[in-house]
Amino acid sequence: MSEDAKIKITIDGISTEVAPGTTILNAARMIGGDVVPPAMCYYSSLEGSGGKCRTCLVEVSKGSEKDPRPMPKLVVSCSTPVMDGMEVRNTTSARVLEARKGVVEFLLINHPLDCPVCDQAGECHLQDLAFEHGLSKTRYEFKRREFDKVDIGEYIKLHMTRCILCYRCVYTANQLTNGREHGVLKRGDAAEIGTFIEKNLNNDFIGNVIDVCPVGALTDKSFRFRSRVWYTKPMDAHCECTKCSGKVVLWMIGDEVARVTARKDAYGEVKDFICNECRFEKKEKTDWIVEGPRTISKHSVISANHYEREIPKHTILLNKA
Amino acid sequence: MTRKLLLENDHIEGIRTYDVYRKNGGYRSVEKALKTMSPDEVVEEVKKSGLRGRGGAGFPTGMKWSFLAKPDGVPRHLLCNADESEPGTFKDRYLMERIPHLLIEGMIVSSFALGANQSYIYIRGEYMYVLQILEKAIQEAYANGWLGKNILGSGYDLDLSVAPGAGAYICGEETALIESLEGERGNPRMKPPFPAVKGLWQRPTVVNNVETIAAVVPIINDGGDEYAKIGVGRSTGTKLISASGNINKPGVYEIELGVSVEDFLYSDQYCGGIKNGKKLKACVPGGSSVPVLPHFLVCKTATGTDRLMTYESLAEGGFETGSMLGSGGFIVYDEDQCMVKNTWNFARFYHHESCGQCSPCREGTGWMKKVLHNLELGKGKVEDIDLLWDIQSKIEGNTICPLGDAAAWPVAAAIRHFREEFEWHVNEPVLSQTRNFGLVSEKSFITQTV
Repeated sequence: MSEDAKIKITIDGISTEVAPGTTILNAARMIGGDVVPPAMCYYSSLEGSGGKCRTCLVEVSKGSEKDPRPMPKLVVSCSTPVMDGMEVRNTTSARVLEARKGVVEFLLINHPLDCPVCDQAGECHLQDLAFEHGLSKTRYEFKRREFDKVDIGEYIKLHMTRCILCYRCVYTANQLTNGREHGVLKRGDAAEIGTFIEKNLNNDFIGNVIDVCPVGALTDKSFRFRSRVWYTKPMDAHCECTKCSGKVVLWMIGDEVARVTARKDAYGEVKDFICNECRFEKKEKTDWIVEGPRTISKHSVISANHYEREIPKHTILLNKA
Repeated sequence: MTRKLLLENDHIEGIRTYDVYRKNGGYRSVEKALKTMSPDEVVEEVKKSGLRGRGGAGFPTGMKWSFLAKPDGVPRHLLCNADESEPGTFKDRYLMERIPHLLIEGMIVSSFALGANQSYIYIRGEYMYVLQILEKAIQEAYANGWLGKNILGSGYDLDLSVAPGAGAYICGEETALIESLEGERGNPRMKPPFPAVKGLWQRPTVVNNVETIAAVVPIINDGGDEYAKIGVGRSTGTKLISASGNINKPGVYEIELGVSVEDFLYSDQYCGGIKNGKKLKACVPGGSSVPVLPHFLVCKTATGTDRLMTYESLAEGGFETGSMLGSGGFIVYDEDQCMVKNTWNFARFYHHESCGQCSPCREGTGWMKKVLHNLELGKGKVEDIDLLWDIQSKIEGNTICPLGDAAAWPVAAAIRHFREEFEWHVNEPVLSQTRNFGLVSEKSFITQTV
């Protein structure tokens, strides 16, 4: 098969053509919209991530053109490669929705649900996922798992109680920084993210674990409890940095830089990781060249009350007429 | 009298040592394979024998071997899975402890068939004394020229070593075993790629159970066709069964596949009936992961035919009325046992052993354990039984590795067959703490199939 050969995949009745080797999730992201399964652990720029949270389960109703048998089990779309002629059902499959509801419930039974005091609230993937798929009440009647809060390094606070063990930060620490600094200890529901005997994480790029964390388990100590994210204004900015690309988002309160993060795409993934200096040290507006307001999805709570695009008057008039 | 292939010589004194083992016909299969057969012929012989994986899944071994990728210049590996941790299964330990050379002999022949020059036996950490027995046997094999460079002048080299785990059930899952052997945390890998393509150090790898590898020895000695004559249909050969629970004669038995369950359970040759003349209440025929069978489905299938000790017959009726042969951990319960407590105990095990990598298993196993504990203590509600059913159905099939299924199936089967007893625990919280429910009625099962 030549390199530019494309194979056909149909997701929820929408067909597209993708390169061989693409995963179902990435094919769905190429289509976009409602067919994209949610992903809590998959992170396209981290090798080996995915397959753990099981929220991206989909049903393969037709294996491929050659072997049209459906797959007996639900498969994880983030690491199942597309086959030619494959037919996938995501939101159109009751089985998938039921399983996803189950996974969300499992993720939430040991989650503290402390969103009102959690810094991640407003940009939390688990919050969005639970809003979309979860039940509004719990069936879990037992004590939830609890851990002590740990300072890992100068800048980062680990609040293990909120962790959903997606392993993203483990891969980030292993792949962006030198050597293994950060891993998972213990097993089962006692498993926890940790460094070797609470060692400091002081690598130049370790701050990125905050961005990859889908929940509020790893938070920026320079921003903790400063503000709710929806009270801050995100601005695209850049600077000349010798270590990283310098492309960031400044989260402003008035003229003050409250927080600096890397730029996340529509699926909450960072493409250009930034260094600790950009993230934690450059907290003056003069350190940055501000490009302008960042576009935030209108469904996000962050966009509430901000940047309402002025709707040209004549359209309104036309509609009325 | 049933034929024995693996445990034929286990009663001989000193069979653990090389000299006695060799005198009693040991290492014949290595001579035969290395001197007269090509690797492909060995694989062909195993295919002919119809040998199926003895670790639980029952996948045909010959087929598994033929799936092994053979890219040029890339070493291949054979791993022996001796991480036997399934509650109710202890056959591999007996085999390794008594006749360690049988496993080593099987490893040599199997490695030769697969073209592996470095093979490993991965043994669970709790079997440390067995590890010492194996290491001694390996030293003897090296000293007598059965391992090392140019074995028997055939030009074939093989190094064999034993690696201990740290006591995790999950490392019996083949990809977790590989991770553990590589020195990583024993988390199962995503499949594909399968180990046959990318296994140990990204090289093609075959992982087989101890008993499977040992069974290769009689297959090569007597021929695959001869082996296939034993057994019924697709269940060929002999199988080690670890019998435990309320029976007169617990222990490891080698049976010809196709013996009826009734015969196995009640004849003096095997289990010797239920202890103290009690009645049979339930039976788990294949280790804790497989569904439990209520007394009226143990010896007869739902259609009324005799149930046999074969992969097919035990699975007859699917999970509704059947079970699985699994790894052969035959656990018998008499009328005085509490199924709620037993299910809680199993759930506790799977909660403890879940690796915590994927969410349904990590969170679901703990949840099931807690709900079952409440039911066992008489603090449960009727809705809890439905909740348990719902939790297990959301774990099953949605996890990375089969541990999720293994945790869900016993709970599902217990509710399916023993719902009456669960409800009794809810409705009679005081009484349920002082006595056991007894036998579950057949009628209730027919009226309330879920």
